[in-house]
Amino acid sequence: MTNVEMKSPQADNGVNVEALLGARAALEATPEAAQFKWRTKTSWINGTHSQTTIGGFFGLGEEQERGKEFTVDADHPEQFAAANMGATPVELVLSGLASCLTAGVASVAQNRGIQLNSITATLEGDMDLQGILGVDSDVRNGFETIRVSFQIDADASEEDIKALVAQSQKRSAVFDIITNPTNVFVDVN
Amino acid sequence: MKSVTTIIIGAGQAGLAASKQLSDRGIDHIVLERGSIGNSWKTERWDSLRLLTPNWQSRLPGYFYDGPEPDGYMNMSEVVSYLESYSRVIDAPIQDNTNVISVERRFERYIVKTTRGTWASSTLVLANGACSLASIPKFADAVPQSIRQMSPLEYKNPDQLESGGVLIVGASATGVQLAREIQQSGRQVTLSVGEHIRVPRTYRGKDIKWWMDVLGLLDIMYHEVEDLNRVRKLSSLQLAGTQDCMFDLNSLSDCGVEITGRLAAMRGEHAIFSGSLANVCSLADLKMNRLLESIDQCVEANAGTEVTIPPRTFEPTRVPEAPALNIDFGDRKIKTVIWATGFKPDYSWLHLPVFDRKGNIRHEGGIVDAPGLYVLGLPFLRKRKSTLIDGAGDDAGFVASHLASSLRKAAA
Repeated sequence: MTNVEMKSPQADNGVNVEALLGARAALEATPEAAQFKWRTKTSWINGTHSQTTIGGFFGLGEEQERGKEFTVDADHPEQFAAANMGATPVELVLSGLASCLTAGVASVAQNRGIQLNSITATLEGDMDLQGILGVDSDVRNGFETIRVSFQIDADASEEDIKALVAQSQKRSAVFDIITNPTNVFVDVN
Repeated sequence: MKSVTTIIIGAGQAGLAASKQLSDRGIDHIVLERGSIGNSWKTERWDSLRLLTPNWQSRLPGYFYDGPEPDGYMNMSEVVSYLESYSRVIDAPIQDNTNVISVERRFERYIVKTTRGTWASSTLVLANGACSLASIPKFADAVPQSIRQMSPLEYKNPDQLESGGVLIVGASATGVQLAREIQQSGRQVTLSVGEHIRVPRTYRGKDIKWWMDVLGLLDIMYHEVEDLNRVRKLSSLQLAGTQDCMFDLNSLSDCGVEITGRLAAMRGEHAIFSGSLANVCSLADLKMNRLLESIDQCVEANAGTEVTIPPRTFEPTRVPEAPALNIDFGDRKIKTVIWATGFKPDYSWLHLPVFDRKGNIRHEGGIVDAPGLYVLGLPFLRKRKSTLIDGAGDDAGFVASHLASSLRKAAA
């Protein structure tokens, strides 16, 4: 079977590809509108527990509202003598990577006319705690390695599914953020 | 000031093909060449380079290879001889050793100032090459002073390099070819790998370029592709003009080259690489397998053809278990960085408002956004083969026809 025959014109993964392609064309013509700023606001609650609220962002040349606010709790588990009021920040990083890649797979599949039935991404990050605890200065704080395992049921060949996952990584913001260095500036007001 | 109907800038394959196509239409013209015929091939390439296309594919309008080795790959002096011989056959009006200093438009004419006088013409064909300058990423500024930096335009052979390690950034045709010979010269090479295009040299007994030709891939037109900007920026195929069936990252790893991810930043004495190596290798493997599958389908659909060698698969690219993310130039005794990060044309002398915000020349299939101005030889100018010697003829033919009809309109 050829790739063309396998494409289902009725594929519906709930992604509005036409709108995305339209936005792409529009932003190519007006690069200044493509400049976005994503924002979060975090308040300390107690111990290692903090709560982040996520609302507006900047893009398309102006402040944008999304009509609601999301909250995310982060804490550490009892094994860290903490109150366990939320996932750890590093787990949220894994969740960000997984969600970004998964959204990418859905979008690429829609664009390629591939019907998805289910996607599960399981992530695992290796960390040597001697880093953050300051035991061994040769050990980094962050993950040594992250492994992502996708289980995807889709109306497509194994090769086409692998190509979706590869393309999703190529276009993923969080994959880029994690695999490449970023300058971070922290100040105190 | 000398006057002519058309000035062609550059006497490489594109400029010569254009000259032939203009001569065929009786359009008087001159070819201005900064050095001598095939100057970039002669002076700005490394010693071991051979064309990535087989000899039979070096077809030019009214000219083709008829030597003893149709499946061989020309070295640079052979390319230059081939072009010289073509220019004699077509009797191209070349003025050599003439460097263009500036091009301006005044009173509806192009004024071309050169080191040997000023010319004026109503039409102008830019055929000065797509690879005159090395594209070097901004990290270059942050490389420590003690490290020698080189572009492939200056590189000739490993003897130029200090002993010690070499970091080669980029793993397309240039990067992999340099990595192999420099590693073989006894210098430890670290090869930084971003997106690349992996293909075997031969498949089922035929050159990959033969397959691409047969499948019609080289003739795909610029308006037929989904994302023209993307295909115009694609890197060269990971190939060498040698008979090895497969010249890839696996074979480089086998000769001791260390493979790392894309260079992501320089921090003092450290080079930081992206953690995306596994994915760029996976993308390349998947893409290669799709190409090979389409070749197999083509063979099946044309049963009884001369292809008798069965399909085969290639080992996936072996990614190191823990690719280096951070290397210390001091620890690795790295003395040289070579930027095999692509090339770009040089239009610094073209004082016309024809560039987009990225500095690329604005053109529609070779017709530049200025009256009577044309460009040749750029990636995917009109077809995928536009940068090949084999692509020069078709593009030059189109440009010459358009140019001739614009002259007729102007005269009417």
